[in-house]
Amino acid sequence: MTVLVIAEHDNASIKGATLNTVTAAAACASGDVHVLVAGHNAAEAAKAAAHIAGVAKVLHAEGEQFAHGLAENVAAQVLAIAGDYSHILFPATAGGKNVAPRVAAKLDVAQISDITKVDAADTFERPIYAGNAIAIVQSADKVKVLTVRTTAFDPAATSGGSAAVETANAVAANAKSRFVGQEIAQNDRPELTAAKIIVSGGRALGSSEKFQEVMTPLADKLGAAIGASRAAVDAGYAPNDLQVGQTGKIVAPQLYIAAGISGAIQHLAGMKDSKVIVAINKDPEAPIFSVADYGLEADLFQAVPELVKAL
Amino acid sequence: MKVLVPVKRVVDYNVKVRVKSDNTGVDIANVKMSMNPFDEIAVEEAVRLKEKGIATEVIAVSCGVQQCQETLRTAMAIGADRAILVQTDEELQPLAVAKLLNALVAKEQPGLVILGKQAIDDDANQTGQMLAALADLPQATFASKVEVADGKAQVTREVDGGLETLSIDLPAVVTTDLRLNEPRYVTLPNIMKAKKKPLDTVTPADLGVDVAPRLKTLKVTEPPKRSAGVKVPDVATLVQKLKTEAKVI
Repeated sequence: MTVLVIAEHDNASIKGATLNTVTAAAACASGDVHVLVAGHNAAEAAKAAAHIAGVAKVLHAEGEQFAHGLAENVAAQVLAIAGDYSHILFPATAGGKNVAPRVAAKLDVAQISDITKVDAADTFERPIYAGNAIAIVQSADKVKVLTVRTTAFDPAATSGGSAAVETANAVAANAKSRFVGQEIAQNDRPELTAAKIIVSGGRALGSSEKFQEVMTPLADKLGAAIGASRAAVDAGYAPNDLQVGQTGKIVAPQLYIAAGISGAIQHLAGMKDSKVIVAINKDPEAPIFSVADYGLEADLFQAVPELVKAL
Repeated sequence: MKVLVPVKRVVDYNVKVRVKSDNTGVDIANVKMSMNPFDEIAVEEAVRLKEKGIATEVIAVSCGVQQCQETLRTAMAIGADRAILVQTDEELQPLAVAKLLNALVAKEQPGLVILGKQAIDDDANQTGQMLAALADLPQATFASKVEVADGKAQVTREVDGGLETLSIDLPAVVTTDLRLNEPRYVTLPNIMKAKKKPLDTVTPADLGVDVAPRLKTLKVTEPPKRSAGVKVPDVATLVQKLKTEAKVI
């Protein structure tokens, strides 16, 4: 039983989420792990994929239609090669979630989202109800289409592999969908989902200026990524892509510092697998204290600058 | 053009669910149920398209037990014109729902189908994409802005790292993200009016769809509990504990 991983990449390099997905793929079956790199001028990404430990073969589909990862085009490419595989895995990123269900529906199989554990080749664990319950599900379908919660699996090593890169016949573009443009937030911090330390701010910050003024020095000092609660994002204090929670990013860093975040169920769903959680909040009743390893009952406008100084 | 809006009846987002002691599922007996929050955003967007004169009719659809009628009445109170309930007591999984919706798309021929990006109970995030695949329509998921003109929809999507804009030909499938809009409150007069709007009931068999579940849930368990933490009196103690006890900085 051979397993296929759909790589997340930016054409020049492989994104971290792919590495965790390779680890999950190796747990699914005893067979080889193949990686599909569908991209535009993506030879470098394919080469990088070939070096991932545990990868037996890289399939490289080249074409302008894959430049922006449009779901219609990527799904068609996956379907063109799907016949040989028992499992098809995508990272549970915005890209993977967009494409995987299209592939599953065309194969007439159920898709299993956001798996956190592989119990057997056909049995997987996944969180439901914002992480308040874990479902163990068994699939009777001949092909298992899965998306992988990347924080639940260790990343595979980026070196040590020596897979052959094979060219896959590129499937033509679907004309019904076109890429127009993008606005990618400029950010030289560690990527939120891969960061070892995350400092996260909530509504209590009060404004986007205050958010920057208070959270940035702390993040700089710790080399941390910045996150935010939905309340802070909705209020415009932080950009959308920083949102941590059920409907935003799911993170599991070594250290998560929540400042001025009350700890709604939906936020906890995105961060409660962090190794150490620190809560800074002036409300002693805030639910965040029930999951925090270390709680500091204090005004964040005093405590956070003090913390920066003490580090 | 017609707009089709699938809505799901789910446990209210404020309810903290409990796993049943026999581990067969979560206990949803006597728990407050509501419309999935992402679906409210979808209905709101459809109604706004109608108010702009772009949509001619907004049809709300729900698949599931008889009580889903309440969810459909809510959609009609927001402004949907009529509703269809695909009634079944079977457990419905996303693939089955996508097939039911595909059958309705074939029948109603909407110009746009707007769904929520995910339901907050199964957290699957699949149905919209599956429907688009089955109906062979282009998709724009996780939408934070939708503009319809000249037989196309220009959709801004929330992706990792920022925003992306696509142009897709209609008919198409769009799934909503949180920031697409702020759903309106339903007013009492509109709730009363919604009671008079038409609600048709069909069954999966009427639509010729086999809804048998493909996935078997073997067990539902509590997530691992975090051990109780401590409160620290000041920043100095916090830093000291993080350095020597937790060893994370």
